[in-house]
Amino acid sequence: MGKSNIKLIDENGIRIDGRKPDQIRPVSMSVGVLKNAQGSALVSFGKTTVLAAVYGPREALPRHMTLPDRAILRVRYHMAPFSTTERKSPAPTRREVELSKVIRESLEASVFTELYPRTTIDIFIEVLQADGGTRTTSLTAASLALADAGIPMRDLIAGVAVGKVEGMLVLDINEAEDSGGQADMPVGMMPNLGKIVLLQLNGSLSREEFKEAMKMAIKAIKEIYLIQKQTLREKYAKITEEEREVE
Amino acid sequence: MSVTPSVYPLVPKIQKETIVSLLEVGKRADGRGLEDIRKISIVPDYIGKSDGSALVYLGDTLVLVGVKIEPGSPYPDTPDEGVLMINAEFVPLASPLFEPGPPDENAYELARIIDRSYREIKAIELKDLVIIPGQKVLVLWNDIYVLNHSGNLIDASAMATLVALMRTKIPNYEASEGGFIVKKEGYKGGLKVKKKVITATVAKIGNYYIADPTEEEEYVSDARLSVSFTEDGVIAGMQKMGPGSLEEKDIDAMVELSWKVAQRYLTEIDSILKSFEQKSEGRKLEESGSSPQEKKED
Repeated sequence: MGKSNIKLIDENGIRIDGRKPDQIRPVSMSVGVLKNAQGSALVSFGKTTVLAAVYGPREALPRHMTLPDRAILRVRYHMAPFSTTERKSPAPTRREVELSKVIRESLEASVFTELYPRTTIDIFIEVLQADGGTRTTSLTAASLALADAGIPMRDLIAGVAVGKVEGMLVLDINEAEDSGGQADMPVGMMPNLGKIVLLQLNGSLSREEFKEAMKMAIKAIKEIYLIQKQTLREKYAKITEEEREVE
Repeated sequence: MSVTPSVYPLVPKIQKETIVSLLEVGKRADGRGLEDIRKISIVPDYIGKSDGSALVYLGDTLVLVGVKIEPGSPYPDTPDEGVLMINAEFVPLASPLFEPGPPDENAYELARIIDRSYREIKAIELKDLVIIPGQKVLVLWNDIYVLNHSGNLIDASAMATLVALMRTKIPNYEASEGGFIVKKEGYKGGLKVKKKVITATVAKIGNYYIADPTEEEEYVSDARLSVSFTEDGVIAGMQKMGPGSLEEKDIDAMVELSWKVAQRYLTEIDSILKSFEQKSEGRKLEESGSSPQEKKED
């Protein structure tokens, strides 16, 4: 988080993109956007746009990777070369390797992998445009794609990042706020079960600030969860209508 | 791509039941209480050729950190600061599960957790590592070498990193008239560690929170939380690990316990460094008493 001379929050507490501290960016979600995948989702938070696709459960090769009592998950979080301000090499960075791991571990908490022993469920995530909060947007999209693929889960996962900018806790930080701020705390959660599956903190917070940030994240995650459910419902409503037309 | 591990040793269900039933009566397999940490022993300056180093035992877990400082280029956004690089290698001699080859996701994760805890709060004075502002700076390589994996690699690595950095001396690089960077005799002085940063990990097994988990406890845990602190109790980083989930109340309890553990680590480090420095002071006095002839040959 380098220095920045731009004022990120004005005297009225309004952020650089016009939001209030506890306001998330405009969210859009759609599912079933890719023909070939069993499930897919396109999710954006402001300018951050992520596409996720699910293949499987399917046979894993080589076979020795599989587990006798459950499915394995294979997750790739990847940023498109054109997603960032300066072109990003498509080769995986240390950051992408780590984020693939934390996203996989989060999804493993939600998927009933024991229903599909000796198979793999592959989840591919492409960040098409990055403007902060890409891992939580990715997690939200991946969970939606799994639901779209009809894979049984304990709950959907929704995520959001809370940041500390100019000493103030703000919700759903964008890139400018991330690079000019003092902390970035992504949270992923199964909202209906009250279970946190992803938690990271980059930067510094007092323990009181941490608790407050956690409360802000959970509140926003519940809102995002409603949009996820609405998106899935709309898809099935559409399918029923199409069926009616055929009849 | 991150894949569900399939090579982990299967900790049999019975073993998990044993661990949980012991926790119910406030005990652990190795005789510790839930909030107890294993024995710590630290050897500062273990590698003479490095600019700073430390060997840390945390129970049977063994981690060596070596610091090397070399000339390099600054980051474009921080032209008047040196560069801090934190890297981790899980070498195959440390565990039957480690394979030769490039670092895997666990090694990257560990390195990035330690890196983040130092970077954002600017724990190291990187301004002292500049040779020609905007052109040539010193790059500090903090290489974490895991030598024996018996669980809780993060805390052992955090301790080894802190001690190595506190013992690091800055080599005497200077720009010559022709613009070349030359290394002169001796050192410019010690690296300034502005904030002591430490990371403490707590695992959740069933309804219990345990400090400093062993490898076996890590495998049966629902999830782990590593929290980095500065010595004054500010949270400097955090990472939830493992494929399970935690409730908000779990996280609050785990943060509190990890702060207790972090303070214990810091106390241990302070007392070990103090006695080490006293001893080496003593040695220096002895050396200055010896004949100058001998010193030259050395």
